[in-house]
Amino acid sequence: MSDPIIEARGLHKSFKAQTALNGLNLEVPAGSIFGFLGRNGAGKTTTIKLLIGLLKPDRGDARVFGLPCGDSSASVEIRSRVGFVTEDKELYPYMTVEQIIRFTRAFFPKWRPDLEQKYLKLFDLPPKRKIPDLSKGMRSKLMLLLGISHGAELLILDEPTDGLDPVAVEEMLRELVALSASGGTTIFFSSHQLEEVEQIADHVCIIDRGAAILAGPLDDLKVQYQRLRVVFGEELHTPVHWVDGADRVRQEGRTVEILASRNVEAILEQARSLPGASVERFPVSLKELFLEHVRSN
Amino acid sequence: MLFRLYPSSGLPLYLQLMEQVKHAIETGALKAGDQLPTIRKVAEDLVMNPNTVVRAYRELQHEGVVELKHGSGAFVSESVAGRTRVIRKAQTVVQAALERLADLGLTEDEMRRVFDNEVAQLRAEKSAGRQE
Repeated sequence: MSDPIIEARGLHKSFKAQTALNGLNLEVPAGSIFGFLGRNGAGKTTTIKLLIGLLKPDRGDARVFGLPCGDSSASVEIRSRVGFVTEDKELYPYMTVEQIIRFTRAFFPKWRPDLEQKYLKLFDLPPKRKIPDLSKGMRSKLMLLLGISHGAELLILDEPTDGLDPVAVEEMLRELVALSASGGTTIFFSSHQLEEVEQIADHVCIIDRGAAILAGPLDDLKVQYQRLRVVFGEELHTPVHWVDGADRVRQEGRTVEILASRNVEAILEQARSLPGASVERFPVSLKELFLEHVRSN
Repeated sequence: MLFRLYPSSGLPLYLQLMEQVKHAIETGALKAGDQLPTIRKVAEDLVMNPNTVVRAYRELQHEGVVELKHGSGAFVSESVAGRTRVIRKAQTVVQAALERLADLGLTEDEMRRVFDNEVAQLRAEKSAGRQE
């Protein structure tokens, strides 16, 4: 396994009395499409700002390409190698689409005019229109165009599909997948749209109250977590002591629902050994994983 | 496109893609020696992660279903022809069983649940056998 392209250890950040990050750990493998998930206010945007050096952590260490994000000169290098799109859509209000592209291009030696032209057409952006007159979706697309045309080896996107309609979302996801497939660009994107993360991410991290509460390769998490439903022949009078790994157990009458994170086979065996029990197992979607973990945090 | 995936079903996408390739082989949509679509084409057509496609193709190679030829892509193994014949036989066995279940008055859902439960039972017995 190669070194992670983004790595954070024990990140803390507070704004006055408000704790934004509370010991966040993060590891993003090179070449992945990484979904960074969390509710509004969970700490996603703060993390992204720390990674690209727009904020400094109170404690902890964050590195991008192995470079320390908290160091001013290193963060200049990081920003020159990363294409980023932030939630903050306050672009230069007096510029037109054409002007902001020309302005941004001047800063980046690896600028890709071919990608710029492709996305200008694909996203159907009006070159002469002033930025405040664009719709929310158009502004998102413009930011993405700027991020992609950068020619960057790493894209950091804060809620890239925010404000886009379903057709535009699908187009954007397709473009991200194409970028990943053609050049191995690493894509780190934050979102609270679980369906889109589930569609294109191979790694995920769920952040809640400023810390990572679940992280790993998405397909492995789906293999690991299973929901079991046990129906008993008659009502249980004493609670069952389930084997280790039966994380959450909910009982209603003769039915017990279990979310298992480990020892699934052992739990199944235990269930089958109980009198009159029939057992079914179900896969767990990212949405269920998210809700279970965030609610119990 | 030959394949269709359901990202929110909870089933890992690489397993879904593997199942779809196998299904295409069993129905004859893909034959021994046929080339599978490239990683990039699958990723872009299905809007899915290219690394996940790579994982599915690797696992299929591991199972002997496809052969990966360096630089030219993935091909359905010649050995699947025999497997396809076995599957055809299995289909007639299952058809006969289904007809009898229908005679007993079972609904489609009931049939599916009985079948799934028996498969799970078989898996449990197998894993218990391994532990002894």
